[in-house]
Amino acid sequence: MFFQFWRKNGVIPMEQNNKNTPSRRFITFKRISIAGLAVLFILFFRYVLVPGFRVDFFPGQLFSDQSDGRIRLEYWEQWTGFEGAAMQKVVDQFNASQNRIRVVKQTISDVNQRFLVAVSGNTPPDISSIYYVSIPSYAEKGALLNLDTLAKEYNIKEEDYLPVFRRMCTYKGHLYALPTTASTLALHYNKKLFREAGLDPEKPPRTLLELDRMAEKLTQYDEHGRIKVMGFSPSEPGWWPQIWGSWFGGDIWDYRETLTVNSEAYIKAMDWAQGYAKKYGVDHLQTFQSGFGNFSSPQNPFLSGLVAMELQGVWMHNFIEKYKPDLEYGVAPFPSAIPGLENVSMVETDILVIPSNAPHPKEAFEFLAFTQRQEILEQLCLDHRKFTPLTRVSPEFWAKHPNKYIRIFYALARSPHAAIYPLLPIFNVINDELGSTYTQIWLLKKNPREALNDLQANLEGEWKKEKAMIEQREKKAR
Amino acid sequence: MTRGERQNLIKGLRFTFPWILGLLLFVLYPVLASLYYSLTNFNVFLKPVFIGLENYKNLFEDTLFWTTTSNTLFYAIIALPLSMVCALGIAILLNQPVKMRSVFRTIFFLPSLVPLVALAILWLWIFNGQYGILNFALRKILLPLGLDAPNWIGDPRFTKPALILMGLWGVGGSVVIYLAALQDVPAHLYEAAEIDGAGALVKFRHVTLPLISPVIYFNFVMGIIGTLQIFAVPYVMFQRGPANSTYFYSMYIYDNAFKYLKMGYASALAWIMFLLIFLLTLVATRISRSRIYYGGEQ
Repeated sequence: MFFQFWRKNGVIPMEQNNKNTPSRRFITFKRISIAGLAVLFILFFRYVLVPGFRVDFFPGQLFSDQSDGRIRLEYWEQWTGFEGAAMQKVVDQFNASQNRIRVVKQTISDVNQRFLVAVSGNTPPDISSIYYVSIPSYAEKGALLNLDTLAKEYNIKEEDYLPVFRRMCTYKGHLYALPTTASTLALHYNKKLFREAGLDPEKPPRTLLELDRMAEKLTQYDEHGRIKVMGFSPSEPGWWPQIWGSWFGGDIWDYRETLTVNSEAYIKAMDWAQGYAKKYGVDHLQTFQSGFGNFSSPQNPFLSGLVAMELQGVWMHNFIEKYKPDLEYGVAPFPSAIPGLENVSMVETDILVIPSNAPHPKEAFEFLAFTQRQEILEQLCLDHRKFTPLTRVSPEFWAKHPNKYIRIFYALARSPHAAIYPLLPIFNVINDELGSTYTQIWLLKKNPREALNDLQANLEGEWKKEKAMIEQREKKAR
Repeated sequence: MTRGERQNLIKGLRFTFPWILGLLLFVLYPVLASLYYSLTNFNVFLKPVFIGLENYKNLFEDTLFWTTTSNTLFYAIIALPLSMVCALGIAILLNQPVKMRSVFRTIFFLPSLVPLVALAILWLWIFNGQYGILNFALRKILLPLGLDAPNWIGDPRFTKPALILMGLWGVGGSVVIYLAALQDVPAHLYEAAEIDGAGALVKFRHVTLPLISPVIYFNFVMGIIGTLQIFAVPYVMFQRGPANSTYFYSMYIYDNAFKYLKMGYASALAWIMFLLIFLLTLVATRISRSRIYYGGEQ
């Protein structure tokens, strides 16, 4: 039709069509190109415009949910590499264990972001791993499925999990997620540097005072007075500047209503951290730190012996094994700041959630329940080289685990002083603001008390606004 | 409108309608939607709640709004004139009749072809306080004077200058535009000026500058828009930077929208940015109106 119109109006020269090509062949260049365009158009819609698109080449799966008579579930996972392979193994085991459901795992980068877009666009995955601190924010906005009844139905019992993980997966008394692979933070120290500094490599520091003193002994300078090896720095790796308060008995909030970032405990913690910047010279430390290589490389400052002691997670073992297998290092609970407040650490875990508008919630939970079996979780955590969130652990798990310090990490998760990030819907704001307040303190721009008071005022404003919004929403819902 | 004209119009519209449709659907609608969202509380998951001008009111009490605005303006005020002067200078040099001119032109244009993210990572190494090549060179000069080279990445006083310095790496694009304009200046005008006894500087001031003024103006307006929206490089290199020193306006919009899920607030921020750019462009146009020479005008 279009071309007829063009022809009539003289866009395509008449004589060319009339005089030279009188024959009406079925396959013409024009028709081929129209067909080609149509196919491109369809592919564009299928793969580009439809959120949650997938590129695989099994036509059966492409266009139908139940190509093999099974219900197909889409599972979004952020891990790649050996961690991704470990999860794929679990998926394969699940698919082999029954013939009603087929879980298909998709590797999704920046999964929190995509999850948000997909759920609000009503094309959610059936199962997804998200960052656990997003639970309050997403649950508050109605994006997560409440798992209370399904958990009861599938006999998932609270008491099977370490208390800290129950806390992490629950928001306002409701279960929204199930934990998979867990981690904690502990002190990693370089035994060779200990020996060189005349310290006993089997006696890591037990109190912050000891840590400070040992750090002093371990620090080395070059002929210009610049730092060559750093004993310890609260800003290396500096990923969790906001948690030092936990060591001094503080918390970001009181677990009910009030934010408490300017509590005496937090001020003391920041005073202690700032003490390092003052003692070693913030310019010296900054220049020294700016020379560090990439974390995931042999130039990692702990691996290359530039930093003697560091707060790091259970995953550090994997990087040591990969880049510096001959590194002589030890692991111990991070020293305590206050007598009686021992075995403080921060706990994190991967989780699985089901979006509130997922098409097959019950089937999705069946997969979740499968991952929570002790033997499956143990296998997964072994492959991830982390530890399980369960209270019961088989002796084989410990025996087979490649990280010889794994029991220390697990014990820290069991500790009554295990800390987690605040489960508040405004966590991201809190985290960013605490981080930038920390740098201001570290760079000696502000004194801790003043900085934390400003922060408290600022965050209280944010929190008040958020609470007003939640109330408004709840009122409307009623 | 005669019949022929009307037919022409209809024909024209038929040809342009895919584009017009795209503009309405993918530009005009989102722009208007963002105006509406800026008056609401909107977190993507739930329906937006109308709150009037609340978001705009909150802006003025928000310290980060002021920090990011002043960071962005600081960057723009220094980076824009600097890069314009450098680009023009390079273009003039590349316009001289020297041997292997096209080779030089290629060399100066090459860096602007490097993807921004790759560029950012590369410069992180150049700026590295300890092992960076820049400080290696600077130390040779500064250490004998008893000074140490700056910590470009870690010191809040030096992060913005570092970005400005880096920005000069990408002037190749505007150099090409200047070069085209310079080549368009008729040779007979230079000849006439020479006969009148003009030296190189006078010729530049009274012949070259007026004739390339439309291009300078174009680069200036594009520069305003570009520098005020700086995002990718600082986002990759520094994030917020030490003490928020490289926290720019577009990054703040991004964080509010996608990290804190405050779409309404982010839309309000975006509209303020739009107004700012609009005003600056308007001012630039007003000021330069009498100073720009268009050869086509009578």
